[in-house]
Amino acid sequence: MKDLIRKFVEAYGPSGYEDKTRAVIQDEVEKYASGISVDVLGNLIALKKGDGTGKKIMIAGHMDEIGVIVLSIDDNGFLRFSNVGGLNPAVVLGQRVVFENGTTGVIGSERVDDLKDLKLEKLFIDIGAKNRQEAEAKVSVGDMAGFHLPMVDLGTRLVSKGMDDRIGCAVMALAMQRMGRTPNDCYFVFTVQEEVGLRGARTSAFAVSPDLGIALDVTRTGDTPKSITMAVGLGKGAAIKVKDASIVVHPKVKNLMTETAKKHGIPYQFEVLEAGGTDSGAIHMTKEGVPSGVISIPTRYIHSQCEMVDLRDVEACVNLLVKILEGPVNL
Amino acid sequence: MLLGRLCEAVGLPGQEGEVRAILREELGGRVDEMRSDTIGNLIVRKGPAGGPRVMLAAHMDEVGFLVSGFTKDGCLRFVKAGGTDDRVILTKPVLVGPQRLPGVIGSRPYHLETDKDREGPVKGDKLCIDIGCTSKEEAERKVKLGDPVVFDTCFAEFGEGYVKGRALDDRIGCAVLAEVLKQDWSVPVWGVFTTQEEIGSRGATIAAYSIQPEMGIALEGTVSADVAGVDNDGLVTEPGKGPAIGIMDSGSIPNRKMLAQVVGLAKQHGVPFQFRRTTSGGNDAGPIQRTQAGAATVTISVPCKNIHSPVAIASMSDFDNCVKLVGLFLKSVEGGFRA
Repeated sequence: MKDLIRKFVEAYGPSGYEDKTRAVIQDEVEKYASGISVDVLGNLIALKKGDGTGKKIMIAGHMDEIGVIVLSIDDNGFLRFSNVGGLNPAVVLGQRVVFENGTTGVIGSERVDDLKDLKLEKLFIDIGAKNRQEAEAKVSVGDMAGFHLPMVDLGTRLVSKGMDDRIGCAVMALAMQRMGRTPNDCYFVFTVQEEVGLRGARTSAFAVSPDLGIALDVTRTGDTPKSITMAVGLGKGAAIKVKDASIVVHPKVKNLMTETAKKHGIPYQFEVLEAGGTDSGAIHMTKEGVPSGVISIPTRYIHSQCEMVDLRDVEACVNLLVKILEGPVNL
Repeated sequence: MLLGRLCEAVGLPGQEGEVRAILREELGGRVDEMRSDTIGNLIVRKGPAGGPRVMLAAHMDEVGFLVSGFTKDGCLRFVKAGGTDDRVILTKPVLVGPQRLPGVIGSRPYHLETDKDREGPVKGDKLCIDIGCTSKEEAERKVKLGDPVVFDTCFAEFGEGYVKGRALDDRIGCAVLAEVLKQDWSVPVWGVFTTQEEIGSRGATIAAYSIQPEMGIALEGTVSADVAGVDNDGLVTEPGKGPAIGIMDSGSIPNRKMLAQVVGLAKQHGVPFQFRRTTSGGNDAGPIQRTQAGAATVTISVPCKNIHSPVAIASMSDFDNCVKLVGLFLKSVEGGFRA
């Protein structure tokens, strides 16, 4: 499991530039799918066919990660950039980033006396180029970079960039691997551009037109020193979402998840997330509406290069997803 | 000049009729299909009906103001329709209503302002428009609630190949699109002059759903900070240096292959271009990308200084190169395009 997670989280893939991540995931899940396709926006859609008596279920996890985009290159070879997805200037300062072609850079700052004045406009990427010409040989305006650090194995807990949401993709891949016969047609959609507005989920949900939508995504926790108040904690099981800024989970979907967890003795916790959204936000508003929910993987330090998950939670999420997909779904 | 007529037409979001009429007249008899839809988009097809559809969108609406009330002494209260900076509103001459009644946005003179007053711009909702009436009743006879208000600006060519005028965002895109639609194409080109872009790309959302294109290009008049006091890193776009190709904005990220194709064609054919070096703003490409099961999109814009103000400035060489670049792309997808 750790090897699969490592492959997924370390792949390059800011929003719109998910090609490399998609290749890694496709390579892993193709053997478990009865059909696989890539749509115009770049969503990877892997179908695991049911026996024809069940429902059509869309399972969504996003391939894209947050990153930076080059806005301009100056005469001395420094790159100015903007954010792709939600990015805190204090979190990116001093970090390493990597471009799709392997070019690596570090993020530096203009002189800032008060940290309150630390804005993205004050920061730049230094790729070690001596001048504009040298920099332009490696990167172009419009190129995107992602965080660059290897995954760290802390035993039952793992730390990496890109847990948001490659860990969701990993849960889906593991579920595809483990699940047995099912009445349901299960469309595993590895989506694009979630971080910039749930865009891949919107178009793929239109194409799949499911009876039920389930997103797999990270959620934040309230279990660190002087954190915001939030009931979710690391190691306490799969988080069944009740609400976030993008969706109020359909009560029947929440009940389906809860009853399935209880029935199979899978540890779970409820999640109410005050800010943020997931692919289910787009799926549930598709066409005439799709009952949808979210299984969340509790994660500390989201949108940093040190996102931390607990393998026991990951295991619980995989089990819960497998049991939901294998069972008859009556909403 | 079509662009001049378009810039002097009044077309606030939801009230784009004047602009639509000019375009209908300009394109009548020169295209294969032309209709308008329920939200007011003008939808034009050039080329065959079958094959991979390319949707080109340019919005007809402009930012401005709507009359929202009357004062006892016969002045007009107003609200913004779309984003206009409070700093550019004070003391400007305006045109009110379909009859283009002249008015002036009032302000207290400098002499009467305190230091505190001068700290920031006066908010638009504290201002009113003087139309030379002396009573509420008189003003109410001349103007209706909801009447459009725009800055009173004459379009003109100036300098070496530059133009100035109101509403270059996005009448310059409309003019680019009109030129493209006058040419013959062997792929189905669906040109849409959209409504209500400035308040959320509403026209494009409806039109894209109905056309269901494989590819989309938003044609915009876009931001430029190429003015005194801005250093090189912050110019965003520079008029005269070619059409600006979008890298990402709040509404969409361009399709990688389509973007590479547009950039490659520009380089191959020696068409000057620049990247739009910001991720701020959004345009019709967003809803086109996300219509139904999705479409590949890019944005190609003509850089405009002083956008969303009484008078914007653009380069006609950028305009010509924009027409050229869009044409090169349409030619290049004759054999099909796999995004």
